[in-house]
Amino acid sequence: MPAVPISHFLILSAVLFSLGVLGVIIRRNAIVIFMCIELMLNAVNLTFLAFSNYLNNVEGQIFVFMVMVVAAAEVAVGLAIIVAIFRLRETVHVDEIKLLKW
Amino acid sequence: MVATALFYIFAAIATAGAIMVVAQRNPVYSALYLVLTLFALAGEYVLLMAHFIAIVHVAVYAGAIVVLFLFVIMLLNVRLEERAPDAFRYMIYAGLPMAAILFVEMGYFAFRGFQQAMVQGTRVGLVESIGRALFSQYVLPFEVASILLLVAMIGALYLSKRKLEIVAFKRPRSKKERLKVMMYEEEH
Amino acid sequence: MVNSATVELVVSAVKVFIVVNVILLMVMVMILAERRISAFIQDRYGPNRVGPFGILQPIADGIKFLFKEDVIPYHVDRFLYLLAPAVILVPSLMTFAIVPFGSSFSFYWGDTPVHVRLQIADLNIGILYFVGIASLAVYGLVIGGYASNNKYSMFGGLRSSAQMISYEIPMGLAIVSVVMLTGSLRLSDIVADQQHMWNVVRQPLGFLIFLVAAFAETNRLPFDLPEAEQELVGGYHTEYSSMKFSAFFIAEYANMITSSALITTLFFGGYHVPFGILEALNLPVAWEVVVHVLSFSIKTAFFLFVYLWVRWTLPRFRYDQLMNLGWKSLLPLSLVNVVLTGIGIAIF
Repeated sequence: MPAVPISHFLILSAVLFSLGVLGVIIRRNAIVIFMCIELMLNAVNLTFLAFSNYLNNVEGQIFVFMVMVVAAAEVAVGLAIIVAIFRLRETVHVDEIKLLKW
Repeated sequence: MVATALFYIFAAIATAGAIMVVAQRNPVYSALYLVLTLFALAGEYVLLMAHFIAIVHVAVYAGAIVVLFLFVIMLLNVRLEERAPDAFRYMIYAGLPMAAILFVEMGYFAFRGFQQAMVQGTRVGLVESIGRALFSQYVLPFEVASILLLVAMIGALYLSKRKLEIVAFKRPRSKKERLKVMMYEEEH
Repeated sequence: MVNSATVELVVSAVKVFIVVNVILLMVMVMILAERRISAFIQDRYGPNRVGPFGILQPIADGIKFLFKEDVIPYHVDRFLYLLAPAVILVPSLMTFAIVPFGSSFSFYWGDTPVHVRLQIADLNIGILYFVGIASLAVYGLVIGGYASNNKYSMFGGLRSSAQMISYEIPMGLAIVSVVMLTGSLRLSDIVADQQHMWNVVRQPLGFLIFLVAAFAETNRLPFDLPEAEQELVGGYHTEYSSMKFSAFFIAEYANMITSSALITTLFFGGYHVPFGILEALNLPVAWEVVVHVLSFSIKTAFFLFVYLWVRWTLPRFRYDQLMNLGWKSLLPLSLVNVVLTGIGIAIF
């Protein structure tokens, strides 16, 4: 039934990953940078699923599952760190949080 | 036919959403466009016959992670991102070519290597096969993942807890606590 | 000669059309029922002037909403403000797609045999679809609260979305124990599994947890903190007027209908008739389908009545009590329930 080449999915994943990288480079808001990291993780997930389908192998799906777990953990801790920094510095802009110690 | 059309529709939505995530200056809009992108991606997962992952993706990412983002954005009252000062102003001139090079690199290999292979109808994406793999061969990583989540939960709780002020908001129970509150109030 | 793919498409389209319209019609019925039953419980008459027994009252209400001035305050975030009512309405209508509201029947269209299953989509991920889509309802609240650009709306939005996220977890775990019993995520399998014994007998605790969580998820009393019309400024919908305001309420009633249907499906045997009455009656097949749909409708209607009954008899929870109940009672209870179910399956 479905007849889309695998390469299409891989190219879409490349597009999303590049956009995620671009976002991490040019944005200053730490929360948005986090979102761009999520974008990259999702691009990778798409690649995993495309290959899982190509190889007819369940391991790709397991990997995506694990990536989701890590993403959830990362967001919970990361946002807690951002909140802690905001309390201290009243900002979430990464260029204003450049001191390692204050 | 239908699958191809759906692929292009979802791909267009995902790409447009991703561009808006990066381009929007209001973080709330960024988060909402991220939801749009994630939805389109769930559609792509269904096209790849990964039904279970598609719905878990919606429940976890759209239902939990982005809601968390929105919560934090609203609670911190983050407003528009102002124009960048000195160091960040020229970032876009560095970032765009870098992202473009990255895309060309990855896209080239994807295009060259997998032109012929089509999406096939498989059963690996069903709950049954994933569950079988997850609870037999990959049971150790699965358990470790649950511990990771527990640790993350405790870490997030610890980080977001204000130690002294929590004491201050509570009614002091002992002499020691009352003293602590008084010291805190004096400090602020 | 009709192509079988075309037939399938037409059948699906007809089913979607009927289901959406029945839900919206039921919303109207619920609006009337809410007012009449509240009146009955409070020993009043309730609306009885528009049409016989006040049947046309919901239509009058609808017309009133349509003709009210549609105010868009100056300070709101316009795009999101318009988006929120739509976002909240869509998931509430989408979730009904997986509920089997009757058994199946076949007929001939020309020469083509047509098999109609009275369920819009029998997905292999079944009940997970509900968990996934239901978690999207939060966005309507969050967006509505944010876009109104008003601190009370924002707090209302945060309050209700925190509530919904908290109660999703016990709800999901209650579903898990049902799925463990059935061994399948498909709702048609879950219903077929209950032909002789309803899940409420095997899962009384699971049913209670699901019921409480469903009340919290639909923002109904005793958990209606988002609006709390007697004591708070109002929630995420303070700045809305006219049809946009009513969209929030249509969504609330549609959610109630869907969750009642799910309670019926998961715990009360779906469309099955209890005690083998149907087999004893020995009806022709066509009538059996009708009886199945009727049985499903009666059970769902009963749970809709329970919603109203509870709303007008129980007082409201305080917010900290609500959170305590969710995290400190329901969550451990649902975990215990999952473990007990596992032990039960291992023994029997």
